[in-house]
Amino acid sequence: MTQSVVVQVGQCGNQIGCCFWDLALREHAAVNQKGIYDEALSSFFRNVDTRVVGDGGSISKGKICTLKARAVLIDMEEGVVNEILQGPLRDVFDSKQLITDISGSGNNWAVGHKVFGSLYQEQILEKLRKSAEHCDCLQCFFIIHSMGGGTGSGLGTFLLKMLKDEFPDVYRFVTSVYPSGEDDVITSPYNSILAMKELNEHADCVLPIDNQSLFDIISKIDLMVNSGKLGTTIKPKSLVTSSAGAVKKRHQKPFDAMNNIVANLLLNLTSSARFEGSLNMDLNEISMNLVPFPQLHYLVSSLTPLYTLADVNIPTRRLDQMFSDAFSKDHQLIRADPKHSLYLACALMVRGNVQVSDLRRNIERLKPSLQFVSWNQEGWKTSLCSVPPVGHSHSLLALANNTCVKPTFMELRERFMRLYKKKAHLHHYLQIEGMEESCFMEALSSLSGLIEEYNQLDATKSMPVEDFPRLSVAM
Amino acid sequence: MVSIRASVKNKVLETTGHMECDFTQKKLFILSHGCLCFWSSYSVHGPRHEESIMNLIQKEVEKCDSLSGFFIIMSMAGGTGSGLGAFVTQKLQDQYSNSLKMNHIIWPYGTGEVIVQNYNSILTLSHLYRSSDALLVHENDAVHKICAKLMNIKQISFSDINQVLAHQLGSVFQPTYSVEGSCHYRRNPLGDLMENLVPHPEFKMLGIRNIPQMSENSLAYSTFTWAGLLKYLRQMLISNSKMEEGIDWHVRPPLSRLPTLGKASLNRELQFNTSIANLVILRGKDVHSADLGGFKDPALYTSWLKPINAFNVWKTQRAFSKYEKSAALVSNSQFLLKPLDTIVGKAWNMFASKAYIHQYTKFGLEEEDFLDSFTLLEQVVASYCNL
Repeated sequence: MTQSVVVQVGQCGNQIGCCFWDLALREHAAVNQKGIYDEALSSFFRNVDTRVVGDGGSISKGKICTLKARAVLIDMEEGVVNEILQGPLRDVFDSKQLITDISGSGNNWAVGHKVFGSLYQEQILEKLRKSAEHCDCLQCFFIIHSMGGGTGSGLGTFLLKMLKDEFPDVYRFVTSVYPSGEDDVITSPYNSILAMKELNEHADCVLPIDNQSLFDIISKIDLMVNSGKLGTTIKPKSLVTSSAGAVKKRHQKPFDAMNNIVANLLLNLTSSARFEGSLNMDLNEISMNLVPFPQLHYLVSSLTPLYTLADVNIPTRRLDQMFSDAFSKDHQLIRADPKHSLYLACALMVRGNVQVSDLRRNIERLKPSLQFVSWNQEGWKTSLCSVPPVGHSHSLLALANNTCVKPTFMELRERFMRLYKKKAHLHHYLQIEGMEESCFMEALSSLSGLIEEYNQLDATKSMPVEDFPRLSVAM
Repeated sequence: MVSIRASVKNKVLETTGHMECDFTQKKLFILSHGCLCFWSSYSVHGPRHEESIMNLIQKEVEKCDSLSGFFIIMSMAGGTGSGLGAFVTQKLQDQYSNSLKMNHIIWPYGTGEVIVQNYNSILTLSHLYRSSDALLVHENDAVHKICAKLMNIKQISFSDINQVLAHQLGSVFQPTYSVEGSCHYRRNPLGDLMENLVPHPEFKMLGIRNIPQMSENSLAYSTFTWAGLLKYLRQMLISNSKMEEGIDWHVRPPLSRLPTLGKASLNRELQFNTSIANLVILRGKDVHSADLGGFKDPALYTSWLKPINAFNVWKTQRAFSKYEKSAALVSNSQFLLKPLDTIVGKAWNMFASKAYIHQYTKFGLEEEDFLDSFTLLEQVVASYCNL
């Protein structure tokens, strides 16, 4: 079994990370009745005897002593991390795996990347090496951050290059929260574009998430819950937005529901690697199968179901509905419509009581309405994990490498141009050592290059599918 | 057993624990992680663990009185089975050159299980063609249809599919009487199989057909005659049908055995399935009364092998599984031509678009290696096509 290390950077990254660890613990608690430290747990947690001083406390088998998350928490402000350390999850984190500063990055990518990057490089490297040493077989790093701010965006992407150099064989999965149009950080387009260049060059796989989409999903759920349209009530704990459990609060903070959706995404993504199933899929297989060309590694994700009704007898129709929903634009975690764009590849990660025949039936059913690129007409990767998420009997995570990410990037580029043309707020960046206007130009051209690749693929959409002439063999 | 993860190992130990066979921890080799693609397992992980794997095999070999050969079970779409399977086969070729090697290959579903399955498949097949003696193929699509149509299973799981597969393998490899008479069992089924079915190294692809196959409920209402079973089995062979339902009875052997011309014949609807060699295995009551004349018709076979050499039959009075009478056909024929051609075509399209190539080159595979594989398989396609 392989292990993964989560690196959460910045305010957004740490808040999502916190939700993820909470949900992960609940999920494992529901499955692992005997309290034995097993392989599923070891993928994200260490088993530690906290009475032992220093590093010798790791226990590899047997009863669970204290679980410590395989995580590194980084933030240049103390607020969020302190809150985590005072909250109910404080024992899950190893206090030696934190890096904090006081002043923050001021929503400035350059401060996060250049200033804090060089200041904390050694420390970060040391913590990462430590986490890697605690793993028997480290398979990937999960980086969680936002693109619009300073720390997550700047320092988070600085990390990527470091990880690539230091651990070249370990996959780098990045969950990036992109700023929506109404973002309150004025310089978010600058930060995002500068960060994009790093993602283009150093990440293996990026899962872009959009705050607006998350918000829309929540509104949709609230509407369904409150409208009374549903005959029966919703099963408790099944809401993809609920954080009922360890972090129970009467008034949830505004981003909690949204963070829970992302946390669920990460849980489902890793479920096949953690639990057993008839068709397993490790994390590196995601990159292998969904990334046909190194640059095009942006995957649009969708999660279903968003809630489960209390009705236990779910007929097959509901199962099929789950598959259909995964392809509707209302369930995507960024603003995108994959159904009307071109698919390069698609992965379906199913959890729960679903068999291979259900999977095949639904692929056959949905295929005609989806457009796949000519050389990958059967571009499906599937996995079946027998353990469903808490509160559900089955669930589906769809990851699509689809040209529908293009509009998000184009919009970002437009917002960037509006600011850059006027040189607005540029001086905040240029006054940082190592920053020049050329950095902006390079970042812009990197993004434009990416958009152009998607454009070329889209151009093939309407062309007839022609086979390449085969090798002819003399008989 | 070479596996990638403990959960698979645990499942195997759990299932075989109550059986009398000895499937213990000592026979298992576990990699801690999955292999990504054919090349990562073939050229990186295989060599890394060569010694451990070959030692385990050596131990088993030493326990044998008389080793006839190896039966390697693997799939070709994924990363581990495909590459490590091919690697181990290659090593067995080097180390045990006098022993036979038969690879049991799972042909993936046509519509994706793994996106790079076509690449993995062509790499596996081309490597195996060089080092293995015979390839016994089971197609997921075909077995899936058997589960759906014949066994009437509503929600088909991999366990159901594997059950059918195992049944078909059992119908071939369970003991049968040798030529000497009904007191002696065949001592070297693997060797006999190869001798009967692989007369020429260019033609190594074998398939299995079984009759009857049905659910327990239907069995109670059915009776069988050898004449009936063999008639259906023969037509299944000729019309390239995978099961006894939906057979095209219009397909007939050609009147004259003229050699067909190159690719033109592939473009025509391939209706008649020409055989190189066939083996029929009969199990059950009154097996000596079965008339196999239909299988000895020279029109079924290529011109360079007479039916007396091309066709063989094994028999046993002992019934197999719950079937009073059952027949299995192991065939070296054109039945895999179309699937092979399809896979090569799709892989070629992807290769020409350069898609996913970087995922393989990072493990050291070069475009030349891909081209070699394509060339070899186009050769195989052409050979089978020209029968």
